Amino acid sequence: MGTFITFPELLVWLPLAAALLCFFAGSEKAARWIALAFSLLVLAVSVASLNYTSEAFKSYNYVSYYWLKYLGNSFFLGLDATGRMMTLLTAVSMPLVLLSTFRYSFRNPPVFFGLLMLAQCGIMGVFCSMDALLFYFFWELALIPVYFLCSFWGGPRRIPVTFKFFIYTFLGSLMMLAGIIYIYFHTNGRVFEDGTSVAHSFSYTSFLAAGLSATEQGWLALLFFLAFAIKMPVFPFHTWQPDTYDQSPTPVTMVLSGVMVKMGLFGVIRWLVPLFPLAIEKLADVAILLSVAGILYASCLALVQDNIRKMVAYSSIAHIGLMAALLFSRNETGVQGAMMQMFNHAVNIIGLWIVVGIVEQKTGVKHISQLSGVANKAPWLTAFLVLIALANIALPLTNAFAGEMLMFSGLFVYNKWLAAAAGLSIILAAVYMLNMIRKVFFGNVNTVTEQMSDISKAEWLALSAVAAIILVTGFYPEAILGLGRQAATVFLQTKV
Amino acid sequence: MSNMEKFVWLIPSLPLLGFLILGLGRNYLSKGMAAAIGCISVLGSFVLSLVAFMQISGAGNPGKKIHLFDFINSAAVKIGFDFTVDHLSGLFLLIITGIGFLIHLYSSSYMKEEPSVHYARYFAFLNLFVFSMLLLVLGSNFVIMFIGWEGVGLCSYLLIGYWFRNADYGKAAQKAFVMNRIGDLGFLLAVFWLIARLGSVSYDEVFSAAALARLSTVDITGITLLLLVGATGKSAQIPLYTWLPDAMAGPTPVSALIHAATMVTAGIYMIARSNILFTMAPITLNVITVVGLATAILAATIALRQNDIKKVLAYSTVSQLGFMFLALGAGAYTAAIFHVMTHAFFKALLFLGAGSVIHAMGGEQDMRQMGGLKKSLPITHFTFLIGCLAIAGIPPLSGFFSKDEILAAAYSKHVSIWILALMAALMTAFYMFRLYAMTFRGQFRGTEDQKHHLHESPLAMTLPLIILAILSVAGGWVGIPEFIMKDAHCLADFLDPVFRSSLALMHPHSISHATEYLLVGISVSLVLVSLFLALKKFSSYKDEGMPARGFSALLENKWYVDEVYDKIISKPLFRLSYLMNNILEIRIIDALVNGVGRLVHYGSRQLRLLQSGQVGAYVLLMTIGLLLLFILKYYF
Repeated sequence: MGTFITFPELLVWLPLAAALLCFFAGSEKAARWIALAFSLLVLAVSVASLNYTSEAFKSYNYVSYYWLKYLGNSFFLGLDATGRMMTLLTAVSMPLVLLSTFRYSFRNPPVFFGLLMLAQCGIMGVFCSMDALLFYFFWELALIPVYFLCSFWGGPRRIPVTFKFFIYTFLGSLMMLAGIIYIYFHTNGRVFEDGTSVAHSFSYTSFLAAGLSATEQGWLALLFFLAFAIKMPVFPFHTWQPDTYDQSPTPVTMVLSGVMVKMGLFGVIRWLVPLFPLAIEKLADVAILLSVAGILYASCLALVQDNIRKMVAYSSIAHIGLMAALLFSRNETGVQGAMMQMFNHAVNIIGLWIVVGIVEQKTGVKHISQLSGVANKAPWLTAFLVLIALANIALPLTNAFAGEMLMFSGLFVYNKWLAAAAGLSIILAAVYMLNMIRKVFFGNVNTVTEQMSDISKAEWLALSAVAAIILVTGFYPEAILGLGRQAATVFLQTKV
Repeated sequence: MSNMEKFVWLIPSLPLLGFLILGLGRNYLSKGMAAAIGCISVLGSFVLSLVAFMQISGAGNPGKKIHLFDFINSAAVKIGFDFTVDHLSGLFLLIITGIGFLIHLYSSSYMKEEPSVHYARYFAFLNLFVFSMLLLVLGSNFVIMFIGWEGVGLCSYLLIGYWFRNADYGKAAQKAFVMNRIGDLGFLLAVFWLIARLGSVSYDEVFSAAALARLSTVDITGITLLLLVGATGKSAQIPLYTWLPDAMAGPTPVSALIHAATMVTAGIYMIARSNILFTMAPITLNVITVVGLATAILAATIALRQNDIKKVLAYSTVSQLGFMFLALGAGAYTAAIFHVMTHAFFKALLFLGAGSVIHAMGGEQDMRQMGGLKKSLPITHFTFLIGCLAIAGIPPLSGFFSKDEILAAAYSKHVSIWILALMAALMTAFYMFRLYAMTFRGQFRGTEDQKHHLHESPLAMTLPLIILAILSVAGGWVGIPEFIMKDAHCLADFLDPVFRSSLALMHPHSISHATEYLLVGISVSLVLVSLFLALKKFSSYKDEGMPARGFSALLENKWYVDEVYDKIISKPLFRLSYLMNNILEIRIIDALVNGVGRLVHYGSRQLRLLQSGQVGAYVLLMTIGLLLLFILKYYF
């Protein structure tokens, strides 16, 4: 190993360092700036890592320490194309989250920002782990800070809602853990460089080579699927989500919806599909059917939500459902679209939360029926919202268009009628998004919105960044699609 | 000889630049500056379009494809950001930028009363529209066309909802967008179908003989029917036409540009562009004929009983678009494009004339309050009369030639289609001269205050009227039919390269010159009768305030189509969604999840009782367990 420190290490340790610094920061201001500075640093690292992708730079991207050697485990971090896409979207998201919530005040800010950065550390770890036990460790590490963030800083109904969220996702994780342990006992041993040999191993490659029978793969795939399906979530495992998005503090909702749901999709890409090739055929058809049903179901439910936050939540379930369906279809075009869409979805939904959060902050109201005429008071906010909403319904020349087009065309190859059915969601999406715009932003001001002002500088900056990403990658999708293609190739090759 | 690569990209970029400057600088720009930026960017595009048009119009020039950059490279399909400048797109470029410029100019005066921030916003949207429309016609594949296709829908949404404080306008805007999206889904599915079968969306590949040979009849019929769904949305045909009349909520120049001259013809452009696919799908062509004919008649009947000046024009647009579809269905692609062109002239003229009237009337749109405006608005009156004569199809005005060609095509398909189309044409003449008579003839019926303020519009508004009036008169002379003058149909010759392969596939029944004279004679004389009937009946119109009854009530309420749609689609959808939200989501799925949670909770509570802390109990349980283990071991 010629390198002093690798990209995945930086991506994981920098947020951890930020978290520790935040915990000991003296003031709110210090904690904020530490978090923001480190998140920008992580972004810089992530962008830099995009330039070192070739085989020649392998030592920049993979690293392994001894850790729990007697178990055949090691602290093995790596950054492949999928990982690069996922870490990039995480790295882009965090500064947006932090910048856009500058106006918010939180109780005990050092702990708040510390936990937020700790969650980022966990998420980065999930995307970089090349070892099953390590993966599980980071998977939980990402969940626990978020649990505390929701249950201490959330809305009035936070306790029952967060409890349900935690138990539900934790239940999924446990099933996955059971699966991991079972596979572990079917792996071959390994010999470490120092000569120690162990009977079994947690490493990704030994998991791939575990040689499980079709029946074993069948029920193991089901365990992993449940864990990931709850996380994404796939219909009908989604009911924790709208309430959690509603009750969590806005920055946490952004992290949850922009980044953490992608952990479920990532699980499918890195673990579920490659590990259980014999089971995936049968499971895929069911999963795709559930996903498409979920797209329509969630779109319909989004139509009738009065609470904006729940509307956004259901809209997100529909979008994630489409990505899940295409990952399971393993149609190359569709997977390329899904890969790039994971990035776009993060940017767009964070953009939406920024706007929703600002409206809620300024008026104290989050129900569509109580708001009206915001455009009269906040023209810039409205302009940004319209753009972001259009990106959410995948209008051409916004970022989501190329991804959604590729996904639908992949789904069309899988099954014409399913594609047509799922396609109805683009109409429904237009209805609920434009309904919201019309009722909240257009019309005359009412007593609630009378006193509203337009956005602050920090918010303007965050929204401009979102808008810039939307338009640049909309006009030139290749900027993200290039990485999406590499990720798709990696994903479809690991099918042993 | 051609250096088009160097400047064609500028044609859409100029309005885009205008949009960006106006949009970002709307707080700082004066009205004069905003209008100047809006107008000059479109004028620049017009000049460049003219240059491009000159370069391709040479005989035998097949057009030019220009690659800008790779847009989407995927496993199944590679899509370039490519433009095609050929005879068809060249013609549309001129229509869009030419009429677009006139309407920008007109707007600079029409919108004068708006606050400067909104004035700039208006021009920004208008520029964005021109950009999208240019992308739509310049695109060299279906995806670039789709960018423009949804872009114009967006601009239409933004401009219908321009006065966003009015809740009804917001609803109209949303309706337009959603109905367009329904069509867009059809368009998209057709694109996916093409990608799945051919791995390409670019015109030169899809329309090549090799690619067409790989498509089965089912493929071609399916793809063309889906494209047709897209066209019915954009071009306001049955069943997706109801958004267009509501779209009149937007400022009148917008109605002229977007909802009459350009955007709504996108569906016709798309079908004409893919003419070879449609020619190979006779079933789809028949469907198009039926849709076009039904729309032409239905909309014309509704226009007979509308009292809002813009609503009459809106239904007239729907009806005229029906004529164009009828032509497409008959395989008379040139006739359809010809009518797109002449209609763009006279309908833009009529809308702008109506705008001038509304301007003079202080915002009044109800024709029952007008009358006798001939004297106070001489230029508007004269140009409007020309527009009415043109749309009615009086020779030698432009509408006569294009409509005559469509009627001839209808006749060659079947005589009954000709009769039905002629009926729609007669109604056209009637409702247009009803409108004309109610507005300009007779006595003024408005308030004293309005009467006092009546005035002719300023030059920025009348100049576009005059130019469009000249075009409405002379625009048809590029398509003089064979039976009147030999080899004088310049437009057919000009568009020949685009439609040649379709024409080779079809064997149109040619009609003898004698028959054609007869047909034209019948139609023109009947139109004249209809026209004079309307003039006679409505020149001395008096508002009796009698509510319409029976059949006329049906027409006045637009056949209750909106209400029916609401009952059978919108309401059930929302009812179903509420049902799912309140029953399935909360009472079933979430209740199940919570139930499982409670069960675990309950179970663990019971299990907890086992941990009583008494050693005796533990020993007992252990013994039982060991015993069970031994028994199991022994028997199995």
